[in-house]
Amino acid sequence: MGQMETLKESSTGITKKKMRISGSEAVILSLLEEGVDTVFGYPGGAIMPIYDALYGYKEQLNHYLVRHEQGAAHAAQGYARVTGKVGVCFATSGPGATNLMTGIADAQIDSTPIVCITGQVVAHLLGTDAFQESDILGISMPITKWNFQVTKAEEIPAAIARAFYIAKTGRPGPVLIDITKNAQSAELDFEYTPCKKIRSYHPYPVIQDKDIMDAAKVINNAKKPFLLSGHGVLISGAEKAVLALSEKANIPVASTLLGLSSFPPDHPNYVGYLGMHGNYAPNVLTNECDVLIAIGMRFDDRVTGDVNQYAKKAKVVHIEIDPAEIDKIIKTEVAINADANQALECLLPYINKADHSEWINEFRKLDKIEYDKVIKNDLYPTSDKIKMGEVVRLISEISKGEAIVVTDVGQHQMIANRYYKYKKPNHIVTSGGLGTMGFALPAAMGAQIGKMKEKVISIAGDGGFQMTLQELGTIFQYNIPVKIVVLNNNFLGMVRQWQQLFFKKRYSFTEMTNPDFIKIADGYGIVANRVEQREDLEKALQTMYDHDGPYFLEVKVEMEENVFPMVPSGDSVSNIRLE
Amino acid sequence: MTDIYQDSPEQLGEKQYTISILTEDKPGLLNTVTIVFTRRKLNIDMINVSASEVAGVSRYTIVLTTTKDQVEKVVKQIRKHVDVLGAFVYEEDAIHYQEIALYKVPTEIFMDSVEVEQIVRANNARILVIERDYTVIEKTGHKEETSALFNTLKKYGVLEFVRSGRIAVSKSKRKTEAYLEELENSTTHSLYNNNGTVK
Ligand SMILES: Cc1ncc(C[n+]2csc(CCOP(=O)(O)OP(=O)(O)O)c2C)c(N)n1
Repeated sequence: MGQMETLKESSTGITKKKMRISGSEAVILSLLEEGVDTVFGYPGGAIMPIYDALYGYKEQLNHYLVRHEQGAAHAAQGYARVTGKVGVCFATSGPGATNLMTGIADAQIDSTPIVCITGQVVAHLLGTDAFQESDILGISMPITKWNFQVTKAEEIPAAIARAFYIAKTGRPGPVLIDITKNAQSAELDFEYTPCKKIRSYHPYPVIQDKDIMDAAKVINNAKKPFLLSGHGVLISGAEKAVLALSEKANIPVASTLLGLSSFPPDHPNYVGYLGMHGNYAPNVLTNECDVLIAIGMRFDDRVTGDVNQYAKKAKVVHIEIDPAEIDKIIKTEVAINADANQALECLLPYINKADHSEWINEFRKLDKIEYDKVIKNDLYPTSDKIKMGEVVRLISEISKGEAIVVTDVGQHQMIANRYYKYKKPNHIVTSGGLGTMGFALPAAMGAQIGKMKEKVISIAGDGGFQMTLQELGTIFQYNIPVKIVVLNNNFLGMVRQWQQLFFKKRYSFTEMTNPDFIKIADGYGIVANRVEQREDLEKALQTMYDHDGPYFLEVKVEMEENVFPMVPSGDSVSNIRLE
Repeated sequence: MTDIYQDSPEQLGEKQYTISILTEDKPGLLNTVTIVFTRRKLNIDMINVSASEVAGVSRYTIVLTTTKDQVEKVVKQIRKHVDVLGAFVYEEDAIHYQEIALYKVPTEIFMDSVEVEQIVRANNARILVIERDYTVIEKTGHKEETSALFNTLKKYGVLEFVRSGRIAVSKSKRKTEAYLEELENSTTHSLYNNNGTVK
């Protein structure tokens, strides 16, 4: 669903007339007014009044007590990414709030709508180095779409209304509302009006006819057009429009890491994913295309490699809602500054039918090389040890691509994103822009809570898993049926790979002595299993998949496996290596 | 050792730009504007912030030496902030601008000769206050002019010298209120031309 429509549904009319209530209760009622039914959080001194108010609304608002505030932020992200709704988290002042920051930064760079509510010391103590006082506004300023400090109870409804409006409209992002304790305790006459407009904020630029015409002309004249589908396509719900454009003009489509699942992977026009560990053909042929149509993406350096050697033969048509992204990295021939879906709907009627099958065939030829040199051995290895690729292949087969896969950061992430054959949009969730280790487990937990009817599988490495494994406690307490896979290579694998390739195999602090993960899962009351042999793998995965409730599976994988293809950092996309 | 505060030598293609910003008048906004520069390690040459002619709206004038490409990106990042009403970039010839400087000197330097008085006249400066111990001279002008006066007065002993940031008005006929009104009624960002000026 497009973001525009979500705006209309706001007011639920829970609170029809003015009521005299505390600021804390106003926080809860405002959330209910915004249609929130799920919060991830952790209490502490400065947010206790809000937790006290929450106690009276336990039926309406499901609060999940996480085990670390970073987990709350990532859970809110996972929830938002799969539901399209705003994720919400609570934390106390000082350390509670600072613990949220990694998740906030991640949400900012990956355009994820979350609203974080933090408690703050009483207003008259601000700036006195009071107990658990940190400058949370200052700290979060560069990593939030908007932040605000509430010091008076009366400000609460308007601040929260604004927070939700800003978080979910335009290019979504994180918002933080810092509420001093006195504002939580004081009373106000509560009345709720959803925010519909801010004069200084224009989230949906109006499409200019000229841009549409210019873009159509460039696309219609293309001999070798190439379409890049980014996260913006998923956010604006433009999957069908991208498909229609691709089919009408017979344009090959590649997706960015965050754009995965915006285009059906088994479609004949789909040519894979872009970037450092993406597919061979789309990277190499970026430098052959004559028109590059980039939709809802921002030309991250992991996509472009060396920009001076990127898409040099191409005229670039950039469809992007955030004007600051246009011409930021890659100069455009035509820019359409608009919501992706709206832009494509305007553009489609002007696009001519075309046949680019010969051009698409060039991708297929390179696909064959990648298959022979890399994929075959990743998916059907003959090595002694299990390889990550075959685990992901089996997960794909067993789930029939119906499961939501949430990955951590590292080699397993690249492998999972390369080989998981998702069937539906928003069915692969990862930390892209920030590359936050520790993302998978809490984000999967949040995704599962957002989509209770679906299967959610977290895939992490032994390193990243240990960054947020305490969330097993949350999963246990609320019996959240996430399937947790740890691909254990006893290494910080991705860093080890770089050390092998670019630092003369000097494995500086990347080897890990790991605990007995089974005992840990067991300690948290989660059914757990370990596989070391290939012949046991499929059955173990199937058992995990069929299990009713949370399940932990450790797979011992080859220790020194490398992920290929690979564009060496700062190199041209054409120099992508296959070995 | 490298002096880490020294400007990098490759300043080729750099120029002085004046950025004019209108924002809602709210606490913390100065910070949100300036971190855009900090993050890119850009040094602000001059900054002036004060209330604009419209109630509740602040105007920032920031002078920056950088490349055209960089300043355009910076302006887009500033506009992106929710509470920013508008941000525009100007080259020197598109604005009228001025700065003000105050020079605090010992009153006695006027006593012994007419030299200093003549300097004040010749520089189109004026005497703001005379106290028993010190006198404050005021001069408006561009940086070179206010610096020149400072250099001349130095030998008489300047107790304190302060220069304001630049303030500037554009050469366009646009009225700020009209711009804000247009913004109020519009649903787009298309009030801007590609070069950051207003259509
Ligand atoms: C919080 C954080 N710290 C450090 C890094 C740098 N880093 C990127 S990948 C990686 C190794 C990940 O190891 P592991 O989780 O075991 O996964 P693998 O690569 O072995 O699949 C590291 C340390 C990071 N991305 N995030």
